[in-house]
Amino acid sequence: MSFFVARKLVKRFGGLTAVSDLSFFLEKGEILGVIGPNGSGKTTVFNLISRFFPLTSGEIFFKGTRIDQLPAHKICELGIGRTFQVVKPLKRMSVIDNVMAGAFLRTNSIGRARQKAEEITDFCALGQYKNVEAKSLPIALRKRLEIARSLATEPELLLLDETCAGLNPRESEGAIALIRRIRDAGITIIIVEHIMKVMMGISDRILAINFGSQIALGKPQEVAGHPEVIKAYLGDAHA
Amino acid sequence: MKNKSVLINIAVLLAALLVPVVIKAPYHLHIIILIIIWSIIGTAWNLLGGYAGQVSFGHAAFFGLGAYSAGLLKFHFDISPWWGVLLGPIIATLVSLPIGLICFRLRGPYFALAMLSLGEIFRLLFTNLSNFTNGARGVMIMPDITSKMFYYYISLFILVLTLFTTYRIVNSKVGYYLVSIREDQDAATSLGIPTTLYKNLALLPSAFFTGMAGAFYMNYVAFIDPNIVFNLSNVSVMVILVVMLGGVATTWGPTVGAAIYIFLGELFRATLGSANVLVFGVLVCLIILFLPNGIVGEMNTLKRLVRRKKGLPGGERNEFLRG
Amino acid sequence: MELFGQTVICGILLGGMYALIAIGMTLIMGVMKIINLAHGALVMVGMYVTYFCFQEFGIDPYFGMFLSMPVLFFIGCLIQKYMINRLVEVESILPENQVLLTVGIMLVLTEAARLIFKSDYRSVATGYSSSTVFLGGMSISVPMVIGFFIAMVFTFLLHLFLTKTDLGKSIRATSQDRDAATYLGVNASRITMITFGIGSALAATGGSLLLPLFYLWPDIGHLFTAKSFIITILGGMGSTMGAIIGGLILGMAESLGATYISMGYKDMVGLVIFLLVLLFLPGGFRSLAKR
Ligand SMILES: Nc1ncnc2c1ncn2[C@@H]1O[C@H](COP(=O)(O)OP(=O)(O)OP(=O)(O)O)[C@@H](O)[C@H]1O
Ligand SMILES: [Mg+2]
Repeated sequence: MSFFVARKLVKRFGGLTAVSDLSFFLEKGEILGVIGPNGSGKTTVFNLISRFFPLTSGEIFFKGTRIDQLPAHKICELGIGRTFQVVKPLKRMSVIDNVMAGAFLRTNSIGRARQKAEEITDFCALGQYKNVEAKSLPIALRKRLEIARSLATEPELLLLDETCAGLNPRESEGAIALIRRIRDAGITIIIVEHIMKVMMGISDRILAINFGSQIALGKPQEVAGHPEVIKAYLGDAHA
Repeated sequence: MKNKSVLINIAVLLAALLVPVVIKAPYHLHIIILIIIWSIIGTAWNLLGGYAGQVSFGHAAFFGLGAYSAGLLKFHFDISPWWGVLLGPIIATLVSLPIGLICFRLRGPYFALAMLSLGEIFRLLFTNLSNFTNGARGVMIMPDITSKMFYYYISLFILVLTLFTTYRIVNSKVGYYLVSIREDQDAATSLGIPTTLYKNLALLPSAFFTGMAGAFYMNYVAFIDPNIVFNLSNVSVMVILVVMLGGVATTWGPTVGAAIYIFLGELFRATLGSANVLVFGVLVCLIILFLPNGIVGEMNTLKRLVRRKKGLPGGERNEFLRG
Repeated sequence: MELFGQTVICGILLGGMYALIAIGMTLIMGVMKIINLAHGALVMVGMYVTYFCFQEFGIDPYFGMFLSMPVLFFIGCLIQKYMINRLVEVESILPENQVLLTVGIMLVLTEAARLIFKSDYRSVATGYSSSTVFLGGMSISVPMVIGFFIAMVFTFLLHLFLTKTDLGKSIRATSQDRDAATYLGVNASRITMITFGIGSALAATGGSLLLPLFYLWPDIGHLFTAKSFIITILGGMGSTMGAIIGGLILGMAESLGATYISMGYKDMVGLVIFLLVLLFLPGGFRSLAKR
């Protein structure tokens, strides 16, 4: 079985089907990009994997064990980290304390948590903001803090939701460089991003969804040229 | 830095030990004992409300349970109510277990409302179960000891125990987790924090020490009834005001708040006559509008501002724990 | 059987008046998203205004309430504008400080009433206060019947106001999505103030209707705060219809509880239902109907 497998995921909110019959898998070390228009269900998929929402039906396996029945905090403990599209910093805590809060998952000692948090803030180029309160960070740094905090929990699979949204091109480049470094550290990644160019450059494979269903899955070039994808993004006239 | 604060704490403790030597008037000691009781409840509430951000409007339940544990020991079994100081916190903690399991399903203001109604339910229960609790007539005991000094040292001991325990909890992994939960529960969950478990870890000691304060109160005041110890505004809301005035999520905030509240309360009662609660209410509004994080809380902010101006880095070690 | 019928009818009549008070709360909650523990105190103030009119000028409570309403509307607007609204700018660790502010307001109102009127229990003695009508073998108090019908009329008028007038529509829009409403040109802060005023006026109306039935003293506010909360949670927040249903349920539960369980446990019945609904039916009883 693959490193991560999602089988026939379905999520309904009342009458609305946000995710319908979605299946995909990941191999270790891979980056899977997920694209789709606004409201197509990308964030919902992340919420299903990290068990912030229960599945309506379907199965999720991680490293061979079924995880879709576990509580959300257990998912993280098993090694799946996530970030939030709408960032959720621990506002009145400093950057280093934010990251320590993540690091405590693998240690009980304040000293060791702090040491690990120092390493990770440096790795994410947040070192110079260590003692700044999270609420006074600009958006680009908040997004990076999301990643740093999640890395501190030592994930093997990381779910990144729109890390580059709201950043200017230079900041985006920084973020992408960071994502590459994370991949090089051996962490498997599922990434959601709107900017096609970013996704093409960074993903090993791309999953395109619309209205919660898969419309294409494959190598970036294949997906980008797929008529359904073009239709979903540009409207019928261009197909 | 650390040594300095240890020294300060020891100095404060020594000064506290000497208080009855200096202040002998029973009335003054009485006020101080009341302040200590409220410091205990405030410190206990602060762990759950201030650090973990779970604002309970029902701490009177634990206070009352503690008080009745002590009172009913004497009333039914003729056992010394001092055993209640051990039994009361245990009962309060045991009761807090199911309460936590139930109420932590709710978030924010809904949690506050659930706790509020639980506190009221306990008041009504203890009023109506008159065979067991003697109902609205309350429970009266004849204290063996009348020396205020004795009560002062006992209450001081309980306060030190409460402060020490909460301090240790707050400055550990648990403390980081509680504050994370307060700041953003979803983020906390995403970091692998079992939020309900940790909220309960804050509730249990909080109920424990509130119950202990209640049991001590029974022994000290010698008379309780459900409307005194399970009172919504005079206990449950009062403790929140004490903490908010002193400093939410600070070590010394509840004690400072209790001192100011009790002192002002007595002062108003003595000087303003029937208008005292009105003035008190106005004060509450002003505090919330202008000192939302309490005196100790806003002081640190001020200090930090000054420090930043001088270009010195950092604040105190555990400054992250508050705003 | 007659006792049962009488109990149920009394419950419904009382519930209708409770509902009016609760609608005031639910309106405020909907627009401001706050928990207002001063709501009962506003009811109390409204009752005292009506009582004062009766005592000093001999104005019948059912007319006095038309004085009480504008007074409370005004007080409500002031409280919202100069106190609660201020909190938006205050940065606090615990968002619940807003709840506490309403506690402070409640204290101030209650104690002001105590200073002026003392803690004495008061009641209005009109000709009809203790008269009853008979229906089958059941005896039903006249003020309950009158109060219920006036409450229903006001509820209906309010419904028209909310659905037909521009101001009413703006209130509903702000309640549903503040940002969107602002975007559409609604002056949200003005609407919020007015809503608080209307909510307070409704509290005064309900209180005045209950005046012939209840003893009045400064602490009676707590009772109504508790009742309106129970009703609001039962009915689902922000819903007028929900508040009516919630009011009727609470009225009947109380009345049945008092007759068949015991007077002492009456209040507990409401609280236990409240807790259960809070825990297991987060949308109130309305969510049952939707399923
Ligand atoms: N908690 C919820 N309750 C009800 N509906 C929801 C909820 N969360 C998401 N939805 C709906 O599910 C659909 C998918 O939303 P989702 O947030 O997953 O989209 P997305 O692809 O992440 O969009 P975007 O690119 O804007 O972030 C939307 O129609 C949304 O309104
Ligand atoms: Mg999204």
